[in-house]
Amino acid sequence: MEKKIYEKPAITKHHSGFMNKFGSSPVTTPKSEVDGVSVNAIADQYGSPVFVLSERRIRENFRNTLRTFKTRYPKVQYAWSYKTNYLNAVCSIFHQEGSWAEVVSEFEYDRARKLGIPGKYIIFNGPDKSEQALLKAIEDGAKIHVDHFDELYKIIELSEKTEKKPQLAIRVNMDTGIYPKWDRFGFNYENGEAMEALRRIVMQPTLKLIGLHTHIGTYMMSAEAYRIAARKMVVLANELFTKYETKLDYIDMGGGFPSNNTLKGQYLQAEQVLPTIEDFADAVTSELFRISYHGSDMPTLILESGRSLIDDAGFLISTIIANKRLSDGKKATIMDGGVNILFTSFWYKHKISPAQPTGLSTENSTIYGPLCMNIDVLREDIVLPNLKVGDRVVIHHVGAYNMTQWMQFITLRPNIVMVMEDGTTELIRESEDLEYIMSREKLPAKLSEFKL
Amino acid sequence: MTAFAVPSNLAVSENGFLFVPTSGETFTLNKLGISIFKLMQKGADTEEIIDALLEEYDIDKTTLEKDFTDFVNQLKHHNLIEEK
Ligand SMILES: Cc1ncc(COP(=O)(O)O)c(C=O)c1O
Repeated sequence: MEKKIYEKPAITKHHSGFMNKFGSSPVTTPKSEVDGVSVNAIADQYGSPVFVLSERRIRENFRNTLRTFKTRYPKVQYAWSYKTNYLNAVCSIFHQEGSWAEVVSEFEYDRARKLGIPGKYIIFNGPDKSEQALLKAIEDGAKIHVDHFDELYKIIELSEKTEKKPQLAIRVNMDTGIYPKWDRFGFNYENGEAMEALRRIVMQPTLKLIGLHTHIGTYMMSAEAYRIAARKMVVLANELFTKYETKLDYIDMGGGFPSNNTLKGQYLQAEQVLPTIEDFADAVTSELFRISYHGSDMPTLILESGRSLIDDAGFLISTIIANKRLSDGKKATIMDGGVNILFTSFWYKHKISPAQPTGLSTENSTIYGPLCMNIDVLREDIVLPNLKVGDRVVIHHVGAYNMTQWMQFITLRPNIVMVMEDGTTELIRESEDLEYIMSREKLPAKLSEFKL
Repeated sequence: MTAFAVPSNLAVSENGFLFVPTSGETFTLNKLGISIFKLMQKGADTEEIIDALLEEYDIDKTTLEKDFTDFVNQLKHHNLIEEK
């Protein structure tokens, strides 16, 4: 056997603020266009700040990921995680590509139905499903993923009154060797709660058990954790078959694959530390083949990836408002897009590029948003070229969660534009105006007048 | 021979990224560092680790033992392992 080439074992401690020794592309490389459309032209037409999504990138991400899984396992179905980005234009791209809808609230459920998704293609997750929402979902034949026993008993009660049989899966939580453990959602595997819930469903003639679900965490940096999770799901499936002769329609492994964003406190760039989609697909699918029934009866693998499919298809264009010096001499730059619209800057070190060519000199700066709040910091310790007031910058990989978790605070939420595959741009969500915000308020008559 | 105690909350990613939840410290291990760390987690002692690596890598025993000792000292310095 050929022996491997030896390299001395080494461990390096990370110190925040050090330069990345792997020399990823220099921060000064401008990002002047999105799919061939000029960043400055977009900002001139739609204002600043403005979110930009790439139709092409979303479709490419989806097709690549699906292909990776389909070449390893015969039956794969995607369900788009609405909470990641539930703009109609975004959901519709995923639905055109064949994705079902994965929702976690009645609000999201109603959005999917309104967009034309039949109930049987909706996966209804989440710990809070009202009786009204459950009745709707049962009636529509939606796939209800039960989160806890109180919900299960509620569904059993409802199922005795409804004509349709609720189509159920349970969400399972488990130890996959990662820290922290996500054990607040679903039924626990290790303590036998999951099997007990499954037994209860199988024994209840008014219910139909169709699947198993887990979502082991988000931004998972270990493919091994998915291998362990898939193995435990298969143990449950095989036990169901042995004990009750129940075969499952599907095993849903949830989402959680990381996007190419670098976490705060993470020293190396994301690309250098993250497993690839192939690694995740190998881990999951190799375990699924251990299921004890094969051929056309094998359960479908459902996936609910969110951030890994859309983060890098989203950009935020922002404009420099001012440069100043902090008391310790450090440079500070203020931009017009803040944490109110860029929620993910609380946990990611977002990459920021100038939108136009700049000089060569760079300086370590802190980037602040426009809010009159101390927490409004977009990046600490980023090396950027000198940017003038009015210059534009592009913040990368912001397609996931920002457009759903953003806050309306002291200012209005901006336009969202999509660059279409044919190179045109479409406004897919119009910026809010004062009228829109105030229209929901009621002023008590007694407060309607004052004299100063 | 010496075996090593590795805290149960430590997991090293496939790419060698190691995060210590109690202190917030992060580290990177190179390929051989990852292999050794994983062997230690499985409970292998010094002799078993050295033998396994000699089998796998093109290296003489003396150099490997020196490098291994140096690596173990670094892990101890960062409080990542204890000798049992
Ligand atoms: C049940 C469920 N599925 C899928 C997702 C999408 O996760 P991610 O964006 O990490 O892929 C989430 C997000 O939290 C979730 O809770």
